[in-house]
Amino acid sequence: MNQDDIREAILDIFSGIAPDDDLSDLKDDVPFREQLELDSMDFLDIVMELRKRYRIQIPEDDYLELRSMNSTVAYLEPLMKDVQKV
Amino acid sequence: MDAHYDTVIIGAGLSGLAAGVRLAYYDQRVCILERHTTIGGLNSFYRLDGRNYDVGLHAITNYSPKGAKKGPLAKILRQLRIGWDEWSLAPQVGSRIAFPGVSLDFNNDFDFFRSEIHREFPGQKDNFERLVGQIADYDNLDFTHADRSAREVVSAAISDPLLVEMLFCPLMFYGSAREGDMDFAQFCVMFRSIFMEGLGRPAAGVRLILKTLVRKFKELGGELRLRSGVSRLEIADDAISHLVLDDGSKLTARNVLSSAGWRETMRLCADGSHDDCHPGRLSFVESISVLDCQPRRLGYDRTAVFFNDSHIFHWQRPDDLVDPRCGVICSPNNFVYDAPPDEGMMRVTMLANFDRWQALDERDYRLAKLHWYDRMIASATRWTPDFRSHVVATDMFTPLTIRRFTGHENGAVYGAPQKRYDGTTHLKNLFVCGTDQGFVGIVGSTISGISIANRYLLKPTP
Repeated sequence: MNQDDIREAILDIFSGIAPDDDLSDLKDDVPFREQLELDSMDFLDIVMELRKRYRIQIPEDDYLELRSMNSTVAYLEPLMKDVQKV
Repeated sequence: MDAHYDTVIIGAGLSGLAAGVRLAYYDQRVCILERHTTIGGLNSFYRLDGRNYDVGLHAITNYSPKGAKKGPLAKILRQLRIGWDEWSLAPQVGSRIAFPGVSLDFNNDFDFFRSEIHREFPGQKDNFERLVGQIADYDNLDFTHADRSAREVVSAAISDPLLVEMLFCPLMFYGSAREGDMDFAQFCVMFRSIFMEGLGRPAAGVRLILKTLVRKFKELGGELRLRSGVSRLEIADDAISHLVLDDGSKLTARNVLSSAGWRETMRLCADGSHDDCHPGRLSFVESISVLDCQPRRLGYDRTAVFFNDSHIFHWQRPDDLVDPRCGVICSPNNFVYDAPPDEGMMRVTMLANFDRWQALDERDYRLAKLHWYDRMIASATRWTPDFRSHVVATDMFTPLTIRRFTGHENGAVYGAPQKRYDGTTHLKNLFVCGTDQGFVGIVGSTISGISIANRYLLKPTP
């Protein structure tokens, strides 16, 4: 997966977590929390969804890397480079 | 051994079902065991003479409209992957706290409740705001001093004892397991969920919520077994080695999550573990009256009326079978539905004494139900138009019904007075959720199941 694919994958996870939210205006450089009302339970879900869908394990110490779209994509890129796009 | 699971959940009430949905969604092999013949626990439902009846809570608290991103309801919907429209909650019309000569109305707009407080208790305006500030500052998930006395905190803020009683009345009826008082943590949760967020209900009743959860759970591969009580939890090395069911069959599980209640769960443990915690003593009777018209046609438009016929509110187990001095009247018709239900319904709930009901033989039990139905309605119609000539069908549940549906000792509607907010036990793979973990009501119990599942059970398999 390249950066665009990873971004798509994250958006798809969000649309599952918050089906009523409009994600079209999501800004990649602004923390998710400031745009989406996510709490710690939701962050757990992002981590769990990545594990469920792509078998990616993210240690608890790295959860902070998932604060915005840009930081998430940068963090996941090396971990997901060998993942085939579905 | 006939089956192995990642998690076995005891009890198919809202907390167990919600936990089951979370775990099954993340690919765990999950089995929910329910001793009763139907799902729902305290919030259940049945059909009698062609009519649908709900048991348990009257409404969902923590109402938020579609599109709201904050608050417990939005959190539940997200966590369970449920769209707002699946439940389509109708907001309440408006409710009332009624004491002799004084009443406070509230709806889902907190500023309206504020104006009511200012109207009836002008001298308490600033005190009330101070209390609201303390409640807003209280962190639900920080359970230090969670069990300090809410009465002490509220009485320190509000100097008119009548207003104190009136604030406690609905909050205790909708969720205090403690006689005469509440844990301050519980008070804050209930205050926010009832006064600041408000009430709602799906047109199809609470059954819709339960059915949504069961459908999701099964679609995700979860297994639900009714008529499957657990008789014993066998223990080895500080952990549950296997579960023995009432029919003698055995199951194994990596983790066990029990929503059966704290004492009820401890009693299942085969290590003879006992605890010094007291069982709850507060139970309810509820009468249900089906009317030949909408309550609004009789001039009754309130969603719920919490009444008390003196200036002191007695939140304690009555000595008699029922305490007719105070109660909750709720009409499921009085929510803002697109299409109102066909028939009118009035539910009246009062405190009751389990032991007194339990001591009756079958004939006296039936007579007591008839006798108390009349007395309950006579008491309730002091606060509503007299609907008695419009009643076409009635039913009544008692503390014994609550025990049958929930398995709680004493038919304790809100479980044991001492809560186990942390959810852990003396065994490393046994956790508790539901009423005795600390959160009550439809939203509270659902959050309980979700949060305990998230916190302890969603860890990767080693």
